[in-house]
Amino acid sequence: MKVSYVTSLFLSSTLLFAGCSSSNESAEQTPNQAAAQPAASQPTAAAQPEAGDVQGDPQLAQTVDQYRSYVVTQCDAFVKATEQFANAVKAGNVEQAKKLYAPTRMYYERIEPIAEALGDLDPNIDAREGDVPDQEWRGFHRIEQALWEKQTAEGQGAYADQLLQDVKQLRALVETVEIDGKLLVTGAVELLNEVSSSKVTGEEERYSHTDLYDFAANVEGAQQIFVTLKPVLAQKDQPLTDTIEQRFDSLFALLAPFKQGEGYVSYTELKQEQTKQLSQAIDALAEPLSQMGTALNL
Amino acid sequence: MRKISRRELLRLTGAGGLGMLLGGGTLKWLSPSNVSTSAPAASGMSATGQAVPFYGKHQSGIVTPAQDFLYFAAFDLIATDRDEVRILLQKWSAIAARLQRGETVGDDEGKPLVPPVDTGETIGLHPMSLSLTFGVGPSFFRQKGVNRFGLADRQPEVLSELPPFPGDNLKEEWCGGDICVQACANDPQVAFHAIRNLARVARGAAVLRWTQAGFQRTSTADAAKGTPRNLLGFKDGTANPDTTDNEQMNQVVWVQPDEGPDWMVNGSYMVVRRIQMRIEVWDRTTLQEEENTFGRHRESGAPLGKQNEFDPLDLERKNERGELIIPENAHVRLAFGDGTEKILRRSYSYTNGIDLDTGHLDAGLLFICFQRDPLKQFVPIQQRLAKQDALNEYIVHVGSAVFACLPGAQEGGYLGETLFA
Repeated sequence: MKVSYVTSLFLSSTLLFAGCSSSNESAEQTPNQAAAQPAASQPTAAAQPEAGDVQGDPQLAQTVDQYRSYVVTQCDAFVKATEQFANAVKAGNVEQAKKLYAPTRMYYERIEPIAEALGDLDPNIDAREGDVPDQEWRGFHRIEQALWEKQTAEGQGAYADQLLQDVKQLRALVETVEIDGKLLVTGAVELLNEVSSSKVTGEEERYSHTDLYDFAANVEGAQQIFVTLKPVLAQKDQPLTDTIEQRFDSLFALLAPFKQGEGYVSYTELKQEQTKQLSQAIDALAEPLSQMGTALNL
Repeated sequence: MRKISRRELLRLTGAGGLGMLLGGGTLKWLSPSNVSTSAPAASGMSATGQAVPFYGKHQSGIVTPAQDFLYFAAFDLIATDRDEVRILLQKWSAIAARLQRGETVGDDEGKPLVPPVDTGETIGLHPMSLSLTFGVGPSFFRQKGVNRFGLADRQPEVLSELPPFPGDNLKEEWCGGDICVQACANDPQVAFHAIRNLARVARGAAVLRWTQAGFQRTSTADAAKGTPRNLLGFKDGTANPDTTDNEQMNQVVWVQPDEGPDWMVNGSYMVVRRIQMRIEVWDRTTLQEEENTFGRHRESGAPLGKQNEFDPLDLERKNERGELIIPENAHVRLAFGDGTEKILRRSYSYTNGIDLDTGHLDAGLLFICFQRDPLKQFVPIQQRLAKQDALNEYIVHVGSAVFACLPGAQEGGYLGETLFA
């Protein structure tokens, strides 16, 4: 998903679908040309009416508005939490910074597909070591490394300031991000894909092992999209709606034993059998969730 | 953040779109009009490409001549109620029938914002003799003693966990399963596709527990269609009963009326053993030792002292020094026993990379056999082998499972219908 949203900034995201059909000649085209001239001989998604367009569907338009206000609420809270986190880092209060780190990130993880649609913001905020050249590496994980690996906040002040700035920019930009039905149905699955590819592997929080916070937040973000779409979906396909609901319940039930106070236990405490179960529960949920588009006639 | 950095992504997308990433640069856009879900025309199809009927008195993949490739999957049920399991078996049966005809899982409407119904890797391919064989294990009926689906009273007495055998080194990750699906085909991609898609439609109801790909020499590689050789270089399956002889199959393989529960009549019990071979050790064994281990000549497959593969075993024959020609602990002698226990073997070789602890190849045999009663057929044979077989120096059993392969389904019905009736 990172994949599709980052790209959609630069190419019409419909090209992504067309990408599967692109033969070598479109490889030579610049993205813009390719988007402007879908190959006539090949029916592509680009040639079809915009799938997921909310125009002319007032109910869907309302859904999108609801979701946007959720995103804005999360962003507002994200800015506040990041501010406190940054202050702790700058004050050299390692313990406090560690305490605030994972809960702060949850606001971001809930709306990640949106953030990823906003260009460089995602890598600036959320890149892990090695994702970007070292001199460009900043954001949460840079500070995470210092706090947990080196047990210090020393030298992190500038990163903390930068992070807060980036997060504030995210808050400003979410007002402008274009949300349509497509982003909603794919975004929900993308959030679970995030869990499958980096959270269940314990790769996301490699120093703090707070992966379960991100895990839960991604799932909550997906659930929020589902809940927003639910009235529309239920009209079209009640059994699918029920299945999705029941799979969310099972997943949260699986997560429950790992809760600790307000947060979650360290990912290192999970046994292989347990991470496997969580991973399979994500698969069980994501499969019907990926069918929401059928029911919405997108 | 995921593994692919944005920078890298731009480079990749700049060079031809995401499709290129997945090797899709040559894929045609799949619009409804050019997604063919019907079986390819039979013209030009070789015998190996044909369809094996799914519906029938017995399941396919048991007396079906062994295809070239295997993809075996054991599933655990996460469904908690009986209806969910029945619905799964109904869905699976309908899909299996389509797949065996060479069709995709379902007709794709080409909707842009939903994932395709079928994963696509067999589009346009022949059926390739795909057979899908489904079985239920002891844990299907009782899991840790719990009558999980209210079917415990239907568990056949002969379907129980196998007893431990001396020398077993069973690893949990290669053992058991509530349900098995044996996919065999003359194309490895066709076999894999079947399991992948069955696992996909099962999400939320069942999860994969273990899988193993298997192979043997392909039928095109052996024009004479001789008995295939295992990875120790010896013919494996010479003494198998004749699968074209219905009477023999009724004696050895198919559950008959009035033995065990009625729902299993025309079904068969499958035993699976993942047998790792100590390849490196075997490779430095002398020819004479190898032949004495099996009790057969390597080249011809003939019993020691005989000329031809199918010459009858003469277990009493001695050489001029009075020693048994087929040694006391030779594999063939112990497997034969007194000749009363017969099983239908349908095994495949496997390789799974290397054993990281030893650097040795992880390779061997996914031993699969079918029978009317595992306790009377496989178990006594394996008890003899486990105790004395000379081959034990070169092999170790690391996986084990037993399944009741359901009777066949009739068109309009589903596998397991008799069980759920």
